[in-house]
Amino acid sequence: MTRPLLAEFPDPGTMIAAARTLAGGPCFTLLEAFTPYPVDEVGQLVHIGRPKIRLAMFLAGFFIAGFAFGLQWYSAVIDYPINSGGRPLNSWPVFLLVPFEVGIFAAALAGFIAMLWTTGLPRLHQPLFDMPKFERATQDHYFLLAKGENDETSADLREILRDAGALSVTEVHAP
Amino acid sequence: MSSVLEPDASAPAPWVAAYRASDVEITQAVTAPLLRNPGKVWWLAVLLSAPFMAWFMAALGWVFYRGIGVWGVNSTIVWGVAIADYVWWIGIGNAGTLISAMLLLTRQRWRASINRFAEAMTLFAVAIAGLMPIVHLGRPIYAYWLAPYPNTMSLWPQWRSALVWDFWAIVSYLLFSILFWYVSLIPDLATMRDRTLSRTGQLLYGAFALGWCGSVRQWRAMKILHTTMAALGVPLVCSVHSIVGLDFAASLMPGWQESIFPPYFVVGAMYSGFAMVVVLALAIRWGFQLQAIITRKHLDVIARVLLMSSIVMGYSYATEWFMGWYGGARSDRSLVAFEFAGTYAPLFWALLGCNVVLPQALWFPRVRRSLVALFAIAVAINVGMWLERILIVWNTLSHGYMPSLWRSFHFTIWDLAFVIAPLGFFAFLFLMFVRLIPAISMFDMRELTHRENVA
Repeated sequence: MTRPLLAEFPDPGTMIAAARTLAGGPCFTLLEAFTPYPVDEVGQLVHIGRPKIRLAMFLAGFFIAGFAFGLQWYSAVIDYPINSGGRPLNSWPVFLLVPFEVGIFAAALAGFIAMLWTTGLPRLHQPLFDMPKFERATQDHYFLLAKGENDETSADLREILRDAGALSVTEVHAP
Repeated sequence: MSSVLEPDASAPAPWVAAYRASDVEITQAVTAPLLRNPGKVWWLAVLLSAPFMAWFMAALGWVFYRGIGVWGVNSTIVWGVAIADYVWWIGIGNAGTLISAMLLLTRQRWRASINRFAEAMTLFAVAIAGLMPIVHLGRPIYAYWLAPYPNTMSLWPQWRSALVWDFWAIVSYLLFSILFWYVSLIPDLATMRDRTLSRTGQLLYGAFALGWCGSVRQWRAMKILHTTMAALGVPLVCSVHSIVGLDFAASLMPGWQESIFPPYFVVGAMYSGFAMVVVLALAIRWGFQLQAIITRKHLDVIARVLLMSSIVMGYSYATEWFMGWYGGARSDRSLVAFEFAGTYAPLFWALLGCNVVLPQALWFPRVRRSLVALFAIAVAINVGMWLERILIVWNTLSHGYMPSLWRSFHFTIWDLAFVIAPLGFFAFLFLMFVRLIPAISMFDMRELTHRENVA
């Protein structure tokens, strides 16, 4: 079985150039990039679907807002009506304030949960953390994770990454 | 103590005062204060905040034990320092998230150096603000009655009450702000996890970093969430302080029942919050040697925002006076006269001096460039904003519709405790924050330096 290769680059420019080379070739798959800050150029080269975080936020926000309005309406109209000078029991304009506040918080919370869901976090340990120097992915070094189709292309891939200026290319033994 | 990033004012990049600020240098400059001995100044500051914390705890304990009669409130002036504190603290609390979210949405890249600690300021200030209405309730043990829960009395909260709106606004806003802050903190916690040498640090930072490794998938999800939260955060912040304004505006008192209150409160919140950001930015910049990251240009821009806000505040005050006169109601006209010449007139003039007159000095580039002047003006604005809030409470309640009820507020030592002591508590929380969590967003700074071609 072909193992993916992890290549370490000293700066984003070299990494982007390497990623472009890989994306042009047919025999390799660029699996992931690990960067200390979001590098948009490489993000476009790694094929990952757009997470549906906003949809989760939208649904949760409106659902909770609707629930909050329903709760107020039920308590003020059905369960605990107070007739104050014949005013309507359903004071909907002021009942909109609470749904607005809690709806936004619910949307944020749902978005946070959706982010964790789509990224597979929280995950306290993962095989890449055992790779040498990988701790610099959160500091100042830029990593590419790529895979060849078979052992032969894998050797080519290693060559290409080296030529592109990788400081090191390591085989990842993921379980 | 030498700084990692030597500041160089002549550097061409607008938002980084150095010719070169590589990823390593940014990381080291921000994390160094967390990883080494904090130094004398930090310990001294913690020691200094301790008596204020004790004072605040004692004041809270005394009010809980004795009741709110220990303050100068009476049967006419039923609101006092706790309410003014609440509005002041939540105003500062609104600004952090508002500044960070607005600057993110408008793609102002310079937010990178200030967003993290501005948001931390928000969390601590809102937490303190949230205490104030509970203390003011007089019967704090019943604070939970604000929540709808199944109870044996089969009672429900009164949804038409401003107090209930406040409860939901503060709770939602505080939790939202924590999430907003935490989402953008995860990558930096991962950096701390990978840099710290202590086992406890690795475990704690590692647990809170949730296994972040900076993959494309993670960055993309995080950015989508963060931007969307910013877009939701701006209206949320405006609504929260508008609801605070409605506490007054939904009443029938002269000087309070004004439709200008919600927007006027929101501008006031941004104003006092930016002033507090200046104070904290100067402290962090000096204490942690971050002159290259929080540059004079940043302070200059914030000073311009302060100047603009001071003009809007002045305009709002003038609108209030004009509408008081133009509306023609006797109580309103009499109240405006009372503001200018009544019991609290000296405080009112001080308010105008601090909020409207003094900040006009920021028109001069020399003043904007002077750190001392900027600090003094920022502190004056915060004092002025507190005076504004207390005077909104005192003036109206002291001078309502019924002349036979006109009374003054008599400031007691416990009122003073609630004005000063929470500041020490805030300072303590902030000092802990700068020691445990990177006070500058490192990944935002790396992005900024790469864009400005200084990395």
